Amino acid sequence: MDNTQSGKSGFSNSDNCTCDCKSLDKILDSYNNDPVRLMDILIEVQTQCGCVSDMAVKTIAEAIGYSKVDVEQTLSFYHFLSQTPTGKYAVYLNDSAVAEMMGRDEIAKAFVEEIGCEFDSVSEDGKIGLFSTSCIGMNDQEPSAIINQRVFTKLTKEKVAKIVKGMKNDLEVEDLVGTDVMSNILKQGPILTKDSNLGEAVKKAVTMSPEDVIEEIKQSNLRGRGGAGFPTAMKWRFCRNAEGEKHYVFCNADEGEPGTFKDRVILTDRPQLLFAGMTIAGYAIGSDEGILYLRYEYKYMEEYLEGVLTKLREEGLLGKDVAGEKGFNFDIRIQFGGGAYICGEESALLESAEGKRGEPRDRPPFPVVKGYLQQPTSVNNVETLCAVAKIMHKGAKWYRSLGTLESTGSKLISVSGDCAKPGVYEVEWGFTVNDILELVGAKNVQAVQVGGPSGNCIAPNEFNRKLAYEDLSTGGSLIVIGEERDLLKDIVLNFTEFFIEESCGSCVPCRAMTVQYKNKLEKILRGNGVAEDIDQMLSWENVMISNRCGLGQTAANPILSTIKNFRELYEDKLNKDTDFVSEFDLEVAVQESCKTANRVPNLGGE
Amino acid sequence: MSKILININGKDYSAEPGKMVLEVAKDNGVYIPTLCHLEGIKPQGSCRVCTCKIDGRNMTACTTPATHRMVIETNTDELEKIRATIVELLFAEGNHFCPACERSGSCELQALAYRYKMMVPQFPYIFPAKDVDARNPKIMIDHNRCILCKRCIRRKLEKDNPSWFVFKNRGDKVQINIDHELTADFDDELAQKAMDTCPVGAIIRKEKGFDVPIGSRKYDKTPIGSDIENKGATL
Repeated sequence: MDNTQSGKSGFSNSDNCTCDCKSLDKILDSYNNDPVRLMDILIEVQTQCGCVSDMAVKTIAEAIGYSKVDVEQTLSFYHFLSQTPTGKYAVYLNDSAVAEMMGRDEIAKAFVEEIGCEFDSVSEDGKIGLFSTSCIGMNDQEPSAIINQRVFTKLTKEKVAKIVKGMKNDLEVEDLVGTDVMSNILKQGPILTKDSNLGEAVKKAVTMSPEDVIEEIKQSNLRGRGGAGFPTAMKWRFCRNAEGEKHYVFCNADEGEPGTFKDRVILTDRPQLLFAGMTIAGYAIGSDEGILYLRYEYKYMEEYLEGVLTKLREEGLLGKDVAGEKGFNFDIRIQFGGGAYICGEESALLESAEGKRGEPRDRPPFPVVKGYLQQPTSVNNVETLCAVAKIMHKGAKWYRSLGTLESTGSKLISVSGDCAKPGVYEVEWGFTVNDILELVGAKNVQAVQVGGPSGNCIAPNEFNRKLAYEDLSTGGSLIVIGEERDLLKDIVLNFTEFFIEESCGSCVPCRAMTVQYKNKLEKILRGNGVAEDIDQMLSWENVMISNRCGLGQTAANPILSTIKNFRELYEDKLNKDTDFVSEFDLEVAVQESCKTANRVPNLGGE
Repeated sequence: MSKILININGKDYSAEPGKMVLEVAKDNGVYIPTLCHLEGIKPQGSCRVCTCKIDGRNMTACTTPATHRMVIETNTDELEKIRATIVELLFAEGNHFCPACERSGSCELQALAYRYKMMVPQFPYIFPAKDVDARNPKIMIDHNRCILCKRCIRRKLEKDNPSWFVFKNRGDKVQINIDHELTADFDDELAQKAMDTCPVGAIIRKEKGFDVPIGSRKYDKTPIGSDIENKGATL
């Protein structure tokens, strides 16, 4: 995981980076040597130099008053930050389950052949590095890869050949082949429909009292769209009432759940809506600073989003006296992550934004009381904040008329996998899985993964269930798995490996049990599983739910939900003649010691 | 401030407000096993061994403040099973060879394994390849034995020192990392403090050991938690 995204300027193939200390000083100066901004500092150094070398770590540590290892502990946590050079071009090929379904293997081989180096290494001339990475939010256009913060989608062998040739000829990343991220909005609903004058939503909010704004959101019955479904108005009220020197609004745009890409589409096509929502949140909780925590994978949007923010400032919708309301000052800045799924967990996100490892915090205290820099902080999902802006504009009553009684409004669903029309669909809550499968043109479906790996894998007998908090709750993704797939090998194993890679490593069960789950699943896949193995895996669930955060608590869901819903797939692979299979191989076990001692193994046979 | 009332395992107790469930239980003679907890440093709740049913939810006793009328279960079969499983996970995850370890008999992990009568973990051993870092003149870091409890990270050995011990990497690759430059002049006192902070034999003093013979060590004589449980029996 110590690998990275490389920058446009200098690159190095020695152990030490070639960047001159002047540019490092400049970066440190621009953040006032503030340890809270360590993520920004590290990302900039990484972008400029292709790594954060030992020398750079030392300089940064001295400037911000940390020990060297303290800088390293943040640096080593994030997938796109590296202490060793990653090449002038760093290729990160997505390895999500859907990428595999769409032919990732062939593309991986093509990269290896064309570049002439294996994964997790850099070509001999130091020019091109090749790495894998967890889902980059492009499941509807896989296989895809990130090269120097640019995204290349729908890769073919021919495209790869052209890209690698271009890199070998030192072309600018923009000129390799066209970069072509598609939004694929295939069904618009109340959120995505462009019918709001967004300035009006903010202007309307500031004519009301903050309490009335919260009350309006309460009346709409809006619940958090990140997955947990906490009532938004209640979160804001707690936050508003909490005492602190300053209150913060955070937008969680870490969208790391494999298969989810609807926030990317909102950020691309409706960023004004999101920023209006953040501004309204700021007004409601009494905050003057909003921070958009954006996943590193979406760094290609930076310039575009900064442009949108600048325009909003010019229009008086951000900055001083927002929307003409004397005394309401509010501005937004973008904070990038460094590649870590766990930072989608709100307290881990705050840790990361403070320049630390993205490890979830113990609760209580909750972020609404002690959040960013120990101040009251409301962390809301991208989609939630968009709904806020719409509710302000069109009213709670309108919003409540959509969806079901308990789940009001709509939901953006990212659909990918084995279907004719992958993309983003906005549907009212209450749509069944079948309704959506019909919309996306999915036939011969074996299973649907609802809500990503941490969600639920359901079989056709449950396709009549409704998407709603009271039935099938989802953070926003459906992965369609066709009949021809080997569900356990192609999907469940991939998801389980994902959780091992993305655990922060703090809680014992999340760090160690996920590995045991994977080993057990592989044993079954080898045909050496026995009936007891299934029961054992089920019995570990209690330990998993004792983890601190949502990631840890759900990290075994890929296995647990498929044992529940597809038990026969496991049972078919069991060795039913015995209740114990030893996988111990004496010959292999003594090989090394015999070689060292220069002896022929005596395996005790005839 | 007036006292609060809490219920632990069906019995009512009064407690000082502002304390964690773990402390309140201890004050009242109820032992809740821990590994990553060390009195006097900020609790973190990472080993999950002290998981209790608190108002119906699984929460760590070391990080949950006791509040008025809280209902706590500390020792149900389910909770004890979780604890035993975590201890087994740690044995399978690392390379713990007790007979050769200086901390045998005073090791909290070993002591808990005895408490849960573990003969062998239910999990296959991973046997990871891990290093021993002996660069510091006074202490060794044996990654094979480290249970990643972060006590050494959280405990400031001297007032306001920058971090000497930190985490590195993440997931199953996470490990303790020590700043060799800043700890190069460790004296015996700091080395002993660092070793005492570690619940297992991952931080070991150099050129010193086996002062107390095996068989006469802390948990050889008094099983872990027995001090608290004995107090509870007399209350």
